[in-house]
Amino acid sequence: MEKNSIVSINDISKEEILELLKTAAYFEEHPNQKILDGKVIATLFFEPSTRTRLSFETAVNRLGGRIIGFSDPAATSTSKGETLKDTIIMVGNYADVIIMRHYLEGAAKYASEVTDTPIINAGDGAHQHPSQTMLDLYSIYKTQGSLDNLTVTMVGDLKYGRTVHSLLMALSHFNVKFQFVACDELRMPEEFRTFCDRNGIQYTEHREFSAEVINSSDILYMTRVQRERFTDLMEYERVKDLYNLHNAMLADSKPNLRILHPLPRVNEIDQDVDDNPKAYYFQQAKNGLYARQAMICKVLGIKVNQ
Amino acid sequence: MSTDKKELAVAALRNGTVIDHIPSKALFKAVDLLGISRLDKSVTIGCNLQSSRLGSKGIIKVADTFFAQEVINRIAIIAPSAVINTIKDFEVVSKEQVELPSEVVDLVVCNNPKCITRNEPMRSRFEVIDRENVTLKCCYCEHEVNGDMINLK
Ligand SMILES: [Zn+2]
Repeated sequence: MEKNSIVSINDISKEEILELLKTAAYFEEHPNQKILDGKVIATLFFEPSTRTRLSFETAVNRLGGRIIGFSDPAATSTSKGETLKDTIIMVGNYADVIIMRHYLEGAAKYASEVTDTPIINAGDGAHQHPSQTMLDLYSIYKTQGSLDNLTVTMVGDLKYGRTVHSLLMALSHFNVKFQFVACDELRMPEEFRTFCDRNGIQYTEHREFSAEVINSSDILYMTRVQRERFTDLMEYERVKDLYNLHNAMLADSKPNLRILHPLPRVNEIDQDVDDNPKAYYFQQAKNGLYARQAMICKVLGIKVNQ
Repeated sequence: MSTDKKELAVAALRNGTVIDHIPSKALFKAVDLLGISRLDKSVTIGCNLQSSRLGSKGIIKVADTFFAQEVINRIAIIAPSAVINTIKDFEVVSKEQVELPSEVVDLVVCNNPKCITRNEPMRSRFEVIDRENVTLKCCYCEHEVNGDMINLK
């Protein structure tokens, strides 16, 4: 039942990742096509997320598909107490693909068990968000030409940031060296460090966001340090600006360095970085469109001409 | 206590089940899980008995009752060391170590309040990722739980 769904990035093999990246590159060259002509795609947003929904819906529209669904659960029978199962079975009767976002963890997995219609997880609580990971991978692949032999530096909230965890897992298929930059409270969790140790993945940990760390990086993956993540607010006040990036800090960085951020950013990347050609976060978001087009075609079993 | 006397105590049951090698702290939970308080058969429960393997163990003897595998599996989560002796006509006809299944369905509550299994009328499902330390991983939200943190439904 669940074989065509994309629920977690961990279910996608290295070969499938490479295939998706190739398809995304193809869509970047040819974004407008009629491949989804006659197909109905449901976007069910049990939790609102305008950014993700617009990206998926643009992906469908540019491929000629039709969209049904909702962007606000208050307008649906879920708010009248209908179970997720019933909603999914009902929509599964109409749609060829269900793209869903839910505030509960594991919701997409469960949905994939109750319908034969392929599910794409567009985020389930703090759990998984595979299309974000695919667009991150595509952005790295596109700017570096490969996913191998890279130094990827992750900065900021490495404890709660699910995007960095998923990216780490996905990049573990490739030859990547990691640098983890965070304060003690937001350090990369033990489970992921153990994962790296067991799988021979090289990493170093740094409290300081130093020139040495920046200058040895091919990718700087920035994340937001949020006040509500801290048990000790004094600690927050002390570290909140230590992991911010300013243009001057990039003076001696590698020419191929690119700066990524899952957005929205607050002040962890200063506005003065935006005009630096190494700033890549806005194009990164745009790459989401192609990555999502590739994912939709994959779950439908559509192979594109390459 | 001599070996002879131990065997005698077991043999005193004509037909039924003896569950041995239950860690003392899990004993009453095991009694609960097996639904023993609802039985009208004779039941003997021993607690804090000496055990070379466990230090302190519990034992449950139930006359004229045989448990289905899925019922026995329930206690594997809290007492993975337990041994099930089936007695027929004063003879131990089988002696089996309880075994954790590779998947635990509808027995354990996920500790993550934001897990779908806590919010939908559905069965929980856990993968057993470490038999020795009884570590379970929720098949939906992927939260892990082990030992005393495991909450039964
Ligand atoms: Zn769970």
